[in-house]
Amino acid sequence: MRNASLPSIRLAKRTDAMNPVFVWLIRLCSIILALLIGSLLLAALGYSPIDTFATIIEGATGSSVYLRQTIKIAVPLLGCALAIAPCFKMRFWNIGAEGQITAGAVGATFFALNFADSMPAYLLLPVMAIAAIVCGGIWALIPAFFKAKWNTNETLFTLMMNYIIIGIVRWLQGGPWENNGPGGKGSQKIAMFGDAAKLPTVLGIHCGWIIILVLTVLMYIYMQHTKQGYEIAVIGDSANTARYAGMNVGKIMMRTMFLSGAISGLVGFIIVSGADHTLSANVAGGVGFTAITVAWLAQLNPFAMIVIASLLAILEKGALTAYRSLNVPATIAEILTGFILLCMLGCEFFVNYRLSVHHRKEG
Amino acid sequence: MEPKCKVELVNITKRFGKVVANDNINLTINGGEVLCLLGENGSGKTTLMNMLSGIYMPDNGHILKNGEEIRIHSPKDAFSHGIGMIHQHFKLVDVLTVAENIVLGLNERGRLDRTAICQRVSEICQKYGFDLDPNSKIYDLSVSQKQTVEIVKVLYRGAEILILDEPTAVLTPQETDRLFDVLRNMRADGKAIILITHKLHEVLAISDKVAVLRKGAYIGTVNTADATAQSLTDMMVGHSVSLNIDRPLPVDPMPRLKIEGLTCVDNLGIKRLDGVSFTAMGGEILGVAGIAGSGQRELLEAITGLYPVQSGSIRFTPKEGAESELVGKTPAQIRKAGVAMAFVPEDRLGMGLVGSMGMTGNMMLRSWKNGRGFLLHRKEPTALATKIMDELEVVTPGISTPVRRLSGGNVQKVLVGREIASSPSVLLTAYAVRGLDINTSYTIYNLLTEQKMQGVAVVYIGEDLDVLLELCDRILVLCGGKVSGIVDARKATKEEIGLLMTQVQGGEVNA
Amino acid sequence: MEGILAFITTLFVFSVVNGTPLLFGTLGEILTEKSGNLNLGVEGIMFMGGAAGLGGAFYYEKFVGPQNAVSLVGLLIAIACAFLVGALAALLFSFLTITLRANQNVTGLALTIFGTGAGQFMGEYMRVQEGGYISIVQKAAFESSPFPAFLRDIPVLGPILFQHSLLTYIGIVLALGMAFFLNKTRKGLYLRSVGESPSTADAAGINVTRYKYFATVIGGGISAIGGMAYITGIAGGVWNHEGLSGVGWLAVALVIFCLWKPTSAIWGSFLFGCLQILYLRLELPFIPAQIYKILPYVVTLLVLILSSIRNNREKQPPASLGLPYFREER
Repeated sequence: MRNASLPSIRLAKRTDAMNPVFVWLIRLCSIILALLIGSLLLAALGYSPIDTFATIIEGATGSSVYLRQTIKIAVPLLGCALAIAPCFKMRFWNIGAEGQITAGAVGATFFALNFADSMPAYLLLPVMAIAAIVCGGIWALIPAFFKAKWNTNETLFTLMMNYIIIGIVRWLQGGPWENNGPGGKGSQKIAMFGDAAKLPTVLGIHCGWIIILVLTVLMYIYMQHTKQGYEIAVIGDSANTARYAGMNVGKIMMRTMFLSGAISGLVGFIIVSGADHTLSANVAGGVGFTAITVAWLAQLNPFAMIVIASLLAILEKGALTAYRSLNVPATIAEILTGFILLCMLGCEFFVNYRLSVHHRKEG
Repeated sequence: MEPKCKVELVNITKRFGKVVANDNINLTINGGEVLCLLGENGSGKTTLMNMLSGIYMPDNGHILKNGEEIRIHSPKDAFSHGIGMIHQHFKLVDVLTVAENIVLGLNERGRLDRTAICQRVSEICQKYGFDLDPNSKIYDLSVSQKQTVEIVKVLYRGAEILILDEPTAVLTPQETDRLFDVLRNMRADGKAIILITHKLHEVLAISDKVAVLRKGAYIGTVNTADATAQSLTDMMVGHSVSLNIDRPLPVDPMPRLKIEGLTCVDNLGIKRLDGVSFTAMGGEILGVAGIAGSGQRELLEAITGLYPVQSGSIRFTPKEGAESELVGKTPAQIRKAGVAMAFVPEDRLGMGLVGSMGMTGNMMLRSWKNGRGFLLHRKEPTALATKIMDELEVVTPGISTPVRRLSGGNVQKVLVGREIASSPSVLLTAYAVRGLDINTSYTIYNLLTEQKMQGVAVVYIGEDLDVLLELCDRILVLCGGKVSGIVDARKATKEEIGLLMTQVQGGEVNA
Repeated sequence: MEGILAFITTLFVFSVVNGTPLLFGTLGEILTEKSGNLNLGVEGIMFMGGAAGLGGAFYYEKFVGPQNAVSLVGLLIAIACAFLVGALAALLFSFLTITLRANQNVTGLALTIFGTGAGQFMGEYMRVQEGGYISIVQKAAFESSPFPAFLRDIPVLGPILFQHSLLTYIGIVLALGMAFFLNKTRKGLYLRSVGESPSTADAAGINVTRYKYFATVIGGGISAIGGMAYITGIAGGVWNHEGLSGVGWLAVALVIFCLWKPTSAIWGSFLFGCLQILYLRLELPFIPAQIYKILPYVVTLLVLILSSIRNNREKQPPASLGLPYFREER
């Protein structure tokens, strides 16, 4: 039984809006906290945290070559986070972006392998992009259909879809699409794309970054200023209100998932055509999962996603340099990323709730 | 026989913010008695009993058991004092068996001996005459069986005082009879039983004593033997209070909405509306009275295309032009067909508004599809939001502040303001003034009357009979999903409506 | 005929070897999900468990000298280390999702990102520190059967019943124990009610937060043992992150496949283990090996779809799976 004079900590959801500057300050603090924890870990293992972080920043942004490589990492991450934003806004937990990227890459690769010699680049690239969009979209539409029709759990469904498409790519790799050229048989690899199927470079990086930046602006407009974006926001708040307003919730759900999968598919196209120049089962490489945390931590705001995706890309690229020059295991990037994600997730609590100490009276 | 227990509530007061839910209430319950707690919706019956079952703590007053003061902080405390409550919303885990649900949360030691538990459950069932298989799963049970599980759960924990919150609301007449038989067995066994209800014939059929609450105040306790349906109604509804709501005569009333034989069935197979027929006229306010859950929500949702209709017709006649059938159309199709219908639902933030959006975003809920192209047109909704904020004096930091952060009255002003702004020809409102203060309530009454004078057919679902009698032109009374009467609001009396509200299945009150 | 029998027994033995890590991973996640928590961090937890288990056994051997080391002690230390690390990771998950109310999906994924990194980091760090690959020398308890030779040598029955590693038997006992706990004890019943309907459990006086924490933390520990089982049992006692990657996700899929039943997890994980290696052992003319490998996922998906269409109440996920529970303020 509660003691009459004992102060108790009470939890209340904030009813007033917190100053946005203050909110981002809390988030910044959580990143600093994460880096501090990381420093402690590094120090405990005998590495100088200052040197390591300096090397990471130097290695990610120190020269234009490094910077280009960092941007190459950030592009798919940002693109995929944009794809996830509308589903999560709708409270549809799509964790199948990994598979949707892969499905898009398969679509693009089909045309790259079969039409690279017979089509000029200006025709082939758009065809590849459209194929990727359609494939990624359909891959996302399947779980949405079952959700709309029978309320099948979308989290588990989209997760399973990842493994199925990755398994299909493994089969393509070793079977029908295996490189038939000299030394290719038995390599379990798909041939490199012809030149017509490669994205042109702008400022030394494949032009995927331009596509994604344009997409960032478009996604912001879509979410904030379009009728469809409005419908998504209403469903995310209350499906009942959406029905009251005359929205067809199932239809909107399927449409939004198609869009999300389509963007992921486009990201898959950018990866195979711009970066890898071939298809492998590892084409998404975990981007689909990391992007979910990027999108969520950015509060589904496309511009904030640029910041967070860049931060994670800097860590990943810089850690490779730290590995080479300081012999710090390269996976320190994932650990630091993990610390940052977990600290930021925790800090949201202090944005949304107010803690207060109460002296409760009995009775 | 064990000594009979006695529980007294002394000077109990409970406030929620400024609202006094229970004002200085005194009540005594004895073992071997059935006490009915009678009152209209919002009269404070459930709140009072929640203090006995440990959900709330009283602000003032004491609870005595057998003359000694007891303190009840949680449902567990209540159980340890032998008090158990059966709530309207069952707390059962669907995939577990009856026996498993009954022992859930008990602090008994040792392994889970299902046979022993089942045996004890069967003993209790036999003793009081329940029909229940302890091994069946909850999802296979009917509503009345689930209620039985809740009652057995309380008895299993050794309760001497049982509180049942409107137990018959979900039961058929036959099931009600069976429940009453069980309650009589328990009374014979020395249990004290409190029945929260507003159905007069049940009060008269089962109880020994009746305590009446009205608007949070304790009116009195009478012996059932000395009471009649009329005397209880008088106690329950009180004398008419003049509210001075301005009520002009209807202008040029003409049929706008013709409803015939409307029947709706919910997903459990229970008839929520049963052959409802009436006509709503343009230029008048049609009040709908009835005990909560008599089909009011389903009626409005069926008209707006949100609730599936099993049979019947809803025909809409515009000011000019031919009438059209609404049954089978989705809300979007109804709007497309040019039927200008406004709907102020009961669940304001969960259905009528988007809590996370500002006033502008909520204005768009009716108009987001307007305008050409892919983009939203914010100009008109923003202007409308500003207009409503000024005209209805909505207190908000700004039109972009999420409406969830506004007070109840301001939320309702936003909702009603938006619905009226669509210049409807039919305006449906459900509990439009629930939880609002007097001033805001009068603002809403005036808005509705204004609409009526513009020739709109207004349907007003209300719970306060005084308001219904002074605001409306005609009053339709629903009882158990059926229309039990339509009266002229200028001539009808409160008692007349009170009786129609409690008249079950079209039959007479068992007085 | 004898050839076929020998083939089947060998296949079975290898299926069990491959299924053992899955068995632990799945059992841990079943316990977690029974409390209504969907922990998508299993992959990361299994990585960390693998690295910690390997490290524990390795440093034990190094400390007492490889010749003096007792294999069984090494195994127990490995189990303890893996469990501890997994439980700590799950504690972090619980703190974020239950106390700080963070989204379960996102937190689980963040834990996977962190855990795969941390596991890999530990593995690499140990390699760098010790100069070259580290491996366990005394592997008897990790790989061989605890039963005497005469039992193992019984034709057919011997290999099927008695030839598995000690960890496999621990896993089977654990599965049976968990089934008993969930179905036959009060605490198990209360845990299930928390996962099905936390508000009902709360109203009945069950401490929802405590049950969620306990189930998730212990579940995380059990899953982590699976990672250890992979590294010591299949990878041969050396760090192999490539082989381990994906096992955790497979375990999440298996939970659905087994319909949240610990006893089904036994045969389910052996079946998945079989499908993982079947392409090596039994080539079918028209089905490519890689298509074989996705079969478990396809079947899992069908299970998920059918159970939602049929709406069979017994075969559903715990009703509150993945949803947060906060008691309403009163």
